[in-house]
Amino acid sequence: MTELRLEGVACPAPLRPEERVILGHGSGGVLSRDLLKRLFLPGLGEAAPSSLDDAAVLETGGQRLAMTTDSHVVTPLFFPGGDIGRLAVCGTVNDLAMVGAQPLALTCGFVLEEGLPFETLRRVVASMQAAAQEAGVRIVAGDTKVVPRGSADQLFINTSGLGVLAAGVCISGANAQLGDVVIVSGTIGDHGIAVLAAREELGFETLLESDVAPLNHLVAAMLAAGEVHVLRDPTRGGLATSLAEIAEQSQATIELDEERLPFKPAVKAACELLGFDPLFVANEGKLVALVKAGDAEAVLAAMRQTKYGEDAAIIGRVTGSGKAQVLLRTAIGGARLVDMLPGELLPRIC
Amino acid sequence: MKYLEEYRSPAKTQALLREISSLITKPWVIMEICGGQTHAFLRHGLDALLPPQIELVHGPGCPVCVTPLEQIDKAIAIASRPEVIFTSYGDMLRVPGSTKDLFAVRADGGDVRVIWSPLEAVQLAEANPDKEVVFFAIGFETTAPANAMAALHARQKRLRNFSLLVAQVRVPPALEAILSSVGNRTQAFLAAGHVCAVMGFHEYLPLAKKYQAPIVVTGFEPVDLLNGLYAAVRQLEQGRCEVENQYQRMVTLTGNEAAQRSIAAVFQPVDRKWRGIGVIPQSGWGLRPEFADFDAELKFEVNTMTAPESPLCIAGEILQGKKKTSQCPAFRKQCTPQTPLGAPMVSAEGACAAYYTYQEFRHD
Repeated sequence: MTELRLEGVACPAPLRPEERVILGHGSGGVLSRDLLKRLFLPGLGEAAPSSLDDAAVLETGGQRLAMTTDSHVVTPLFFPGGDIGRLAVCGTVNDLAMVGAQPLALTCGFVLEEGLPFETLRRVVASMQAAAQEAGVRIVAGDTKVVPRGSADQLFINTSGLGVLAAGVCISGANAQLGDVVIVSGTIGDHGIAVLAAREELGFETLLESDVAPLNHLVAAMLAAGEVHVLRDPTRGGLATSLAEIAEQSQATIELDEERLPFKPAVKAACELLGFDPLFVANEGKLVALVKAGDAEAVLAAMRQTKYGEDAAIIGRVTGSGKAQVLLRTAIGGARLVDMLPGELLPRIC
Repeated sequence: MKYLEEYRSPAKTQALLREISSLITKPWVIMEICGGQTHAFLRHGLDALLPPQIELVHGPGCPVCVTPLEQIDKAIAIASRPEVIFTSYGDMLRVPGSTKDLFAVRADGGDVRVIWSPLEAVQLAEANPDKEVVFFAIGFETTAPANAMAALHARQKRLRNFSLLVAQVRVPPALEAILSSVGNRTQAFLAAGHVCAVMGFHEYLPLAKKYQAPIVVTGFEPVDLLNGLYAAVRQLEQGRCEVENQYQRMVTLTGNEAAQRSIAAVFQPVDRKWRGIGVIPQSGWGLRPEFADFDAELKFEVNTMTAPESPLCIAGEILQGKKKTSQCPAFRKQCTPQTPLGAPMVSAEGACAAYYTYQEFRHD
């Protein structure tokens, strides 16, 4: 933490030394990134801009492979539109798809809490199998650990994935180019609000379903239709965080048009009620793409032909380079900045 | 969404902006009292579309921002006790106390829970008879009725393990403190519609008269805010100083009397300290003596805790509209929503956080 030098003026609170993990470090926003940059990347990884992509690209014997891993924890385990099993398969399939790779195989690791009913596990495994079939990917290896009651919340799943990249495919958050068109594959925020509403403490119910889905077929259709520069699935932290990351990796200015952002009315209403910005709410079956301007219409048309891209929409474009920022042109003609989610998504007080 | 979309209409917004521009002849300083209004101005990019003669200053109406340091320290002290389940609205967890925040208490093993309604805290107390459940009752007149209901329910259920840490604040005394302060620049006010939905707006009538300042009650959408600004500018230009109600779909002169009765049953006006500003007489609500058993400060003996705030901090001046966020040298540098130095950077509705989130550093 940098030392405080305020030259005469100081606010009342001291800087907090962040020397302990808090829940916000897992929110997918600024704190998660901070943890990555301060601790994991210097300790374990490479600090190249592409190391912040959803999957790593490795080259061996002239073949390019994509590799990624993702751990899944969700309460409740089963929610409208999905469950932890479907989430675990789709999350990793999508991370591979976001570098343009065709998923080959997954591994899965289970951490089970003592006392978990077999029936729960059976349902989760069946759901994983169905999702893997839909994605056309095999689950080829696994591991199980059981921890004493209270040491884990029912069931955690880690999945790792391996994919192959076709020749010529080059997709990274660092590849945004001036003029690129920003396309989102469907309505924003469905998953986050569906899961929140499924937790009974909120006291309201919706008919919303999570959008959790494998996006590899959608991506294949897009790559066949035009030149795609960037792909990202806006999971935790939402669309705002994904676009802010892309802007930073590419040092680009991205402008969004508020009126073009697709939301389900129920998501918008729930966000109004809770004081959430829907741009920060998680998605599990959506992607945002930056596409070469001349190819945007063709890519959009191809997306709309697929099951998970029916509601795809153009929402903005890359309007500058050299300055990393995301601007939102508001419906009433104003403009504001869109930044990463700072910590946990918190409901407002009044 | 009905009652929402029509108040975000680009056509109506543009028309109102034109009307304000044609009405205004000289510069005016207008304060929006509530953080929700500040947030709406910046979220929609509305402030930059206003005629240059209007200077908006952001008032003290964010309950997270004005909760004093010592109250946060008390919350942290109580929440750190092993027998306590500490419950709070989410925003408060990130507010820095003297040494840490409630998130850090949770990471240290404290049982700190975000709740959506104070009645959940009462239910928790019923379900956990071997624990002490404490609710952090903060907020303006908007949260007071529900917070009061929690105390009433707890008494009805004869719960012995439920208490409230109260930091409840009231708008009218704060407004009077701003109006009567030396160096006040604000000439008219946009009063917060949701506060007035509970309390009505009769409390503002003597203030407008005494201090010769127009007060307009507004909602929180662009069309609401512009209607409010239009009414305020019209009064200023015409030399009038009245209370007008722009938010008639929600607000009446006398407000929600059932809600006021539950507040009065549980709370009484007390002097309260505001972060960065100091003690404002009668500006808060405290528990009435008959609810002393539900007073967490007494139960956990933290009522004498104090925490000094730096006299150099400009948060107080920002909350009174005397200085702008851009005049703070720490803004966007050492002070960010991840590392808030002062309370206005903590809540999404704090003036500094709203600027940080939505605007470039363009006001200097």
